[in-house]
Parts: sequence; C-alpha cells; structure tokens
Amino acid sequence: MNVPDHLRYTSDHEWILLDGDTVTVGITDHAQEELTDVVFVELPENGRTCDAGDPVAVVESVKAASDIYIPVAGEIVEGNIDLEADPSLVNTDPYGAGWIFKVRLKDAAAVDALMDASAYKGLIG
Amino acid sequence: MSRSLSRVNNTIHETPLAPLHIELGAKMVPFAGWNMPVQYTSIIDEHTAVREHAGIFDISHMGQFFVEGDGAEAWLNSLLTNNVAKLGLGEGQYSIMLNEQGGVIDDLILYREAEGRIFLVVNASMIDEDFAWMSKYLPEGLDLRNESDQWAAMAVQGPHAAALFAELFPGQPLPPRNGMASWTHEGELLMVCSTGYTGEEGYEFFSSSANGSAWFQRFIDAGAKPCGLGARDSLRLEVCYPLNGSDLSPSHTPLEAGLGFFCDLEKEGGFVGSEILADQKRDGLQKRLVALKYTGRGAPPRAHYGVFTKEGEQISELTSGVLSPSLREGIALAYLPLDHAKIGSLVDVDVRGRRFEAKVVKKPFYKKA
Repeated sequence: MNVPDHLRYTSDHEWILLDGDTVTVGITDHAQEELTDVVFVELPENGRTCDAGDPVAVVESVKAASDIYIPVAGEIVEGNIDLEADPSLVNTDPYGAGWIFKVRLKDAAAVDALMDASAYKGLIG
Repeated sequence: MSRSLSRVNNTIHETPLAPLHIELGAKMVPFAGWNMPVQYTSIIDEHTAVREHAGIFDISHMGQFFVEGDGAEAWLNSLLTNNVAKLGLGEGQYSIMLNEQGGVIDDLILYREAEGRIFLVVNASMIDEDFAWMSKYLPEGLDLRNESDQWAAMAVQGPHAAALFAELFPGQPLPPRNGMASWTHEGELLMVCSTGYTGEEGYEFFSSSANGSAWFQRFIDAGAKPCGLGARDSLRLEVCYPLNGSDLSPSHTPLEAGLGFFCDLEKEGGFVGSEILADQKRDGLQKRLVALKYTGRGAPPRAHYGVFTKEGEQISELTSGVLSPSLREGIALAYLPLDHAKIGSLVDVDVRGRRFEAKVVKKPFYKKA
C-alpha cells in the first residue's frame, strides 16, 4: 500500500499536502482501493468557508456514495475540475492527478495535529 | 447450524461458498440477510466480463422449492400469474406470486421438470414468506418441499457461458432458453436452467451444497470471472429486470410494474389477486414503473432519490438507479403518475439537493448489438 512520507493523513483516509498557507486534499491509495471504480466526484464550491470535519465533497463508486470531510478549517479555493471528465483519476493517481480540493488554512498549525505517514500506516494495518 | 435454524435466530446466513469467496478476495456485504460477495476486483470489470465473456455469480442464497404430485401444475396455475399450462416438459417461465390485493409477494421462475414435478427458484429474502404463503393454499395430496439448504446455485452468464459448459460437461446438451435439465454426473445429481438475470446468454447451475465450491472453482478455472452482487445489480438494471423489495413490492401490482406479459388474465379459474388485476386493467392504471435516463452528465442515481416535475413538485422516488457501466449514463426505475410516464417525458432527480434531468425512455436501457 502506497503511503507517501511527505503527506499528512486523517482517520477518514484523506491525505493532506501543505504548501504555504494552502493544503491540497485527496483520498489515500487505501481508500481508493476500498471504494474501487470511482465514477463521480462532487466538488465543493469555491469560496465556501468550512470547519474541520464538515462534509464538503462526495466520491461515488458504482455501489456507494462516500462523503469527503475537510480535515482542517479554512476556505475552499479550488476543486479539481479534471475529475468531472475523468473521475477514475482518483483510482489511478490518488496522490497526484486525483487530488480533490484545495483549502486556504485558517490556522496553519492545525496540520501539525494530523497523522504522519507512520501513524497512518499503523491505522490501516 | 443449519441455515433454516439460523434464519429463525435472525443471524446473518452464509452460503456454502462463503469461504471460497473470502479466499478469492471478495468484499463481503450483508444482502437480504445473507453475507454475500458484492465484488471481487471491480464492479465495472465484472460487469464488462459478463457482457463480453463470461462471469459466475453465487446465487445459493436463493430458494429452491419443489412441488410434486398429480395436479401440481393446476395448483400452481391457481397461485401464480403466468400460465403453467403452457409449459412443456423441461420448460420454464417467469411468474409472480401475488397477495389477495394484487400486490407482489415475490417474483420467481418455475420449471416443469417432469409431469407433476415443478422446480421453483425464489428470492433469498422471501424463502420463508413464500413457503408459508404456498403452504396456506396447499391442497391435500401435493408435496411442497423447501430444499434451499440442500442446493448450491451459481449463475454462469455471458457470450462464452455455453462454451464453458461444453468444456466441463462434454456431450451434455444445454437446454433451450428458459428450459431446464437434470442429469447424474459421476454419481451426483446436477441441474441446469437456461435462465439468468443479466440480459446475456447463460444458465443457472445447481449442485449439492457440499460440492458447490468445487463447481464454482471449476467454472473459474475454465475461464469464468467471479462476479459479485454489485455487477449482478448493474447488469439486471441495464435490461430492466425488476428487483423484488425495490422495484416490486406488496403495494404495487405487476401491471403497474410493467409485467402484464407475465399475467394471464384469461386463464381459467384465475389466480390469487387476478380479480384486482382485471379491475385495474379495466379502469386503467394510475402509475407505471418507468425507465429513466439522465439527459446529461450527473451524480449517479440511486434508490430512494426524489423524482420531481420540471415545475419542482415531488411525484415519486427512484426504486433503483445506477451509473450504467455499459452505457456510462445514469439509469433508474421509478413509479410515475401516468401523465408523467410517457416516453420522452422529462423529470428531475434530486441528488443531495442538486437536480439532474432525466427522460422517460423505452425499456430496456441496454440491448445486445
């Protein structure tokens, strides 16, 4: 299972990449493998301000719809519109072209509270 | 513990193939009280395998009943909507069991194995209720047996399914479409029925419970892809086969469900619920189960999503829905009031507050090229 060392993680199987005051969020390799066959991604609205834990996006497989939660408080600045044409990018490149949305952080320190790669590896066993 | 005992205890049941599914890497989920494989690798891959090659599904959770005795045909004819008298020996038909109000208890397939010997395959969730209902009407002199625990069942479906059968059973002919055959193979009684739930050529194969896993593995070794309930659901929905408990229910008649072809209102003596159907046919239907297809791209439609008029009034909810793997479009079924049920009518499907337009289209969504 691919769990890159430079990312942070949540127990909801999201990954977080910090870049200045902004984070990029997607779902982990483990999560995409559990979901399989992503056929639709509902992206959050740009400009929306959210608290950590709010459901902001939905990733749908043939069989089920799964909420994606914003891991840290902030403002949605961008959704990955490439997923509208090709939602399977979430399966084929979960840490790259399959990213889902970007958030401008309310508090950059919030990222430090998230799991690192070794803690996430422990979670998924 | 036997399956019939565990059912009383309300625990989750497993088919004799469950250990094999887990060994094959299946994701197991509860369905109709059974722990069943929803998928092994990917629903889309499994779906495509059935459309293009061959797939195999464990359907051992379904019920197997036998009715035996002089007059078995006549009795079932009085209980079920289709006309059993039309069946020659070895022939089968789709039929529906109704309550006295004309609502659907279960849909099933029955096969006239021999004179006075009928084999029925019923839905997993309805085994106990069907058996109780049939027992209530059972006349003296006929034998009704629930053999669901004794049989393993698997559906082999797809354009290559017949070739796999020929490979495993050289010289044993497959029955014609909707037909059944039973024979003894190396001392074991086997049955095969040329029916299915996918819209593809194929058959349903029955062996002893104990040998089920070995047969399932043999079909896989011959080239069938193991497929779960996820693909079974998307395949059947593409060809508009109804799912009892979702598209069929005691509150809808088979005429409303568009299954009038399987209800013989002319047959002598009628059947349980036939008077209600005759009245409904005379007075006209109020609603009809229609096929809905998205007019554009949208979030996958799913059961229970609301259906709205273009003016914004809710008129129904979806009974089934999926993003069709073959067509790559949102497809769904819903009971709509007659004035919205015409081919070409437009409605909106509500997905988490967003509306996606859908059009009433002809059934089925998918047809073999």
